[in-house]
Amino acid sequence: MMAAHWVWLAVALPLAGFLVNGALALHRDAPKLAVSIVGPGVLLAAFGVCLGIYQGLLAQPPHEPHIVPLWSWMPAGALQVDLAFQVDQLSGVMLLVVTGVGSLIHLFSVGYMREDPGYARYFAYLNLFIVFMLVLVLGSNLPVLFIGWEGVGLCSYLLIGFWFTDKANADAGKKAFIMNRIGDFGVLVAMFLLWRELGTLDLAQIAARAPGALEAGGAIVTLITLCLFLGCTGKSAQIPLYTWLPDAMAGPTPVSALIHAATMVTAGVYLVARTNVLFAMAPVSSAVVAGIGAVTALFAATIALRQYDIKKVLAYSTVSQLGYMFVGVGSAAFAAGIFHLVTHAFFKALLFLGAGSVIHAMHHAYHATHAHDDAQDMRNMGGLRQHLPVTFWLMTLATLAIAGVPPLSGFFSKDEILASAFARGAEMPVYYLFYAFGVVAAFLTAFYMARLMVMTFLGENRTGTEERRHLHEAPWIMTGPLVVLGVLTVIGGVINLPTFAGGHHALETWLEPVTAPSAPFARVELPHGSTELFLVGGAVLIGVLGLVLGYRATLARRVVPARESPAETGLARVLHRKYFVDEIYDAAVVRPVVWLSRVVLWKGVDQGVVDGAAVNGTAKLSRGLGWVGSRLQTGQVGVYVVLFLVGALWILRAVIR
Amino acid sequence: MTEFLDSVGYGQWILHLLIVLPLLGVVPVLLGPESSAKWTALVVTILELVLSLGLWWALDSSRGTLQLVSNTPWIPNWGISYRVGIDGISLVMVLLTTLLMPISVLASWRYITNRERGYYALMLTLLTGLVGVFIALDLFVFYIFFEVMLIPMYFIIGVWGGANRLYAAIKFFIYTMAGSLLMLVAIVALVWRIQSVTGTISFSYDQILTNIGVVGSLAPWLFAAFAIAFAIKVPIFPFHTWLPDAHVEAPTAGSVLLAAVMLKIGTYGFLRFAVPFFPHVALSPAVSRIVVVLAVIGVIYGALVAMVQPDIKKLVAYSSVSHLGFVMLGIWGGTLQSVQGSLMVMISHGFSTGALFLLVGMMYERRHTRLIDDYGGIARVMPLFSLVFTVVALSSIGLPGLNGFVGEFLVLVGSFGAFPIATVLATTGVIFAAAYLLWALQRIIYHRLDNPENERMPDLDRRELAVMVPLLIGIVWLGLYPAPVLRRMEPAAQRYLQLAQPTRAVQPVAVRGSTVEVRP
Repeated sequence: MMAAHWVWLAVALPLAGFLVNGALALHRDAPKLAVSIVGPGVLLAAFGVCLGIYQGLLAQPPHEPHIVPLWSWMPAGALQVDLAFQVDQLSGVMLLVVTGVGSLIHLFSVGYMREDPGYARYFAYLNLFIVFMLVLVLGSNLPVLFIGWEGVGLCSYLLIGFWFTDKANADAGKKAFIMNRIGDFGVLVAMFLLWRELGTLDLAQIAARAPGALEAGGAIVTLITLCLFLGCTGKSAQIPLYTWLPDAMAGPTPVSALIHAATMVTAGVYLVARTNVLFAMAPVSSAVVAGIGAVTALFAATIALRQYDIKKVLAYSTVSQLGYMFVGVGSAAFAAGIFHLVTHAFFKALLFLGAGSVIHAMHHAYHATHAHDDAQDMRNMGGLRQHLPVTFWLMTLATLAIAGVPPLSGFFSKDEILASAFARGAEMPVYYLFYAFGVVAAFLTAFYMARLMVMTFLGENRTGTEERRHLHEAPWIMTGPLVVLGVLTVIGGVINLPTFAGGHHALETWLEPVTAPSAPFARVELPHGSTELFLVGGAVLIGVLGLVLGYRATLARRVVPARESPAETGLARVLHRKYFVDEIYDAAVVRPVVWLSRVVLWKGVDQGVVDGAAVNGTAKLSRGLGWVGSRLQTGQVGVYVVLFLVGALWILRAVIR
Repeated sequence: MTEFLDSVGYGQWILHLLIVLPLLGVVPVLLGPESSAKWTALVVTILELVLSLGLWWALDSSRGTLQLVSNTPWIPNWGISYRVGIDGISLVMVLLTTLLMPISVLASWRYITNRERGYYALMLTLLTGLVGVFIALDLFVFYIFFEVMLIPMYFIIGVWGGANRLYAAIKFFIYTMAGSLLMLVAIVALVWRIQSVTGTISFSYDQILTNIGVVGSLAPWLFAAFAIAFAIKVPIFPFHTWLPDAHVEAPTAGSVLLAAVMLKIGTYGFLRFAVPFFPHVALSPAVSRIVVVLAVIGVIYGALVAMVQPDIKKLVAYSSVSHLGFVMLGIWGGTLQSVQGSLMVMISHGFSTGALFLLVGMMYERRHTRLIDDYGGIARVMPLFSLVFTVVALSSIGLPGLNGFVGEFLVLVGSFGAFPIATVLATTGVIFAAAYLLWALQRIIYHRLDNPENERMPDLDRRELAVMVPLLIGIVWLGLYPAPVLRRMEPAAQRYLQLAQPTRAVQPVAVRGSTVEVRP
């Protein structure tokens, strides 16, 4: 029996964990030990299953995905939707990332969330998230993928609003869900179009039929891919639907690491890679994907320059890095997009968990002294290097990786994306512009990361004299996962080493069976020789320059604790307030819709026109007619005689004529 | 199971028993002591549910024709006979009714405190009416059941309702009555017209369906009369304004049955009568355009108006307008997927909206207010309630994996071919649904619990759990494994599609056997 057939177990394990933890969560004093064993335990077991499956794939790389049907889900005539999983090279990679990074973050959470009263509920949600994420990457047809797609959104909603007594958190959760739904609308419409045009929603069938049934570069395939991409902008926080992700930082920090950095938000990149043949057939859509990605990468990086909340910086950084991934898949370099997805999962999870470790320490310090300062504001930090040495060094590695310093993982993956965009420029010159955006964003990335590190770990400590004594490194259950992620951050590039570094693009070769259908329509020829070295050297130089300038500029500024900081002015204020996009959306969309619904539709149409005029009007009319009728019954014979005569004459006239 | 049912002759007596049993139950309810009325009603409705379950196996799901048909002449001179039978569509509607009835009785347990005998007698009468409507195959009998269920509901709202109950009850009554009188005129005209051509007078569904071709130029008028009667029932915008008032004033069980079952009589009427009788009118481009536009207006308008309701019960009521818009779109979508989707939405809406009204009722029993702003933060004191509320809300939102998604998805994917723009517009309903329900959910169960009166709200008790658990099981089951239900309904949906051909042969043909011969 193929190892792939055990894939259901990888889903069933976290599902069982969800049920157990969920049941425990309903009890007022849930046994913490049981939760601590079940929660991460099922994940580690699932990771083991996935390793076994991957082993099987390595032993016998399949040309077509293994389909594991579970049961018939929605049979309706020609439309036969099965609840089925597919195991191939791409879902194999995703399985390892989701369960591997997921396991580490579950372990970290044991330490981070230990004192929270909602401990069992937290792990129930986290387990459920893994279930849906696995369904997303395993679904063999779009509706099943969509179960996972919306399910991860649900868990994101539940976990963002985890501390729901605070209205802001609940609002952030709702915002995330609704913005994702706007994107999901696009995915639904794409499914309708695919069903009409191809008569199937099966991913393998779509790849097989699309080249014959759809006109390459035609309006239909362009529309389908744009609709799919609308879903990606929601799930993966790209312009215009990105504003929920920074707000999503209201959730617990390990959630930010798992859902809002390493896995869920990369689902859009996965979807594009999964439907690569459609995007390859639609060059206009691909350019839109790459263009939106490039603009988002740059735009979000500028906002990150001026944030003080350590998690907000990382959130905008994630939006920006996701933009890079879309530049990759939009340049038909699907493997490069997935490559950056994997390395980003390593170094961004490390950064978030590191930030979690910092916040954990800050929180304890403030808690011990009963202070009410913001434990996430970098202006209250500084000099933490002495207190959290492990966290500091590991985050430094991640910073070098995201800045693209060789030979760390981020260097290889980011480089490959920029090179792909550059290569596409030969066919469509607009890609040169996307490349330029990417380079500038790379500089800004290095700059804001250096700023983050300096403000947090270097210089004078600004936490407070009393509080400083309580700052300490996190327990091993938290630093352990950090160390593992640190190792992966350093060596992660090895999975897809380019030729100049002695490799042979292993990941790209591995994913070839998945990306093969797109090859006839769009293929990237990466630059070689001097061009390649020039591009690589330039990118490294830009990254290092950003780090150095960011380091010096931040160190030179005198930072004061948040409480004493003056309000921002000018351009800094615009950046700090995120270009006022939230305010613009609120004024342009939310308020008008609510006003339309309340004043025009409900009070106006419903109560005014339909009920007021039509329904109750009819009632009044009948009453009025009754009144007229009753007035006629005067009881005076004379009136009757006159009326009778008038009537008789009128009839007579009609008869004679 | 099938052999056992055959051995007791289940198919011969079950439909009659389902009609008579609740009426028999009325006697002990009225004669017994006040305190035992609810127990009697519970026993009778559970018995009815258990008996009805056998229908699942009694129906031959390989055929789409009407089955278990029995015919007893009633007023032979006028061609009226007591004629009943079911197909896959009636089957699921009957089961939905019999399932929700004991739940509704249990939900009234503490809510109804005065004149209990009358209340439960009316509930049982209502059950007879509801089952009868879905199995009647004689138009006169159908009309009678249609009225039979109207009158108990009028009293349930008018006597046991909220503060403004009389206005709501009368509005409900006159609205529905106006429609049903139009329908009566249409039925009589239809029978009379067929008799004038064929010489035989008959109210039999099959006879009328076979001879419908002779109606000729009268068809548009007759369709209009049927359509208005059913449109009010659904309700289709702009005939919907009785619904929020009736729901808000009705006691919990009334709202549950109104939303979960009675609204479906409207859409069932379109599927069973209005469209198969007059396909060339109903599916003509002009009429299709009107219906589809109104359906899409219903979806979006219902959702937007629901979003701004301060009263949670009104919010749920308007959400029904939105959901039923999907059903109408699917019926006119005209593909197997869209019709199956419509049927699934009809079932799913019964579960989700029924459950929502039950939950709202539980809130009301504790706090005696329906205003969303009076709540907040109750997840802390009522974790179980909040969990159930969240699952039900997500089901209503159409989260894939729960029941709501299956129907909506099939409706939309099936209607897209015929009405792409309308379908895309209707799809925006998924966004608005998330907006109105999550916003309400958040304001009720999340935030800080700052109203001291909410501190004392007890969590769900055993009876309330017993009410909710069957619905929750249905919500998850129908979401993950709707295939058995879809397969049961598919032949009937196929047959509907064969009848609903605008070009269907329109010459009168003699009837053979007890079922309609379908001609391609």
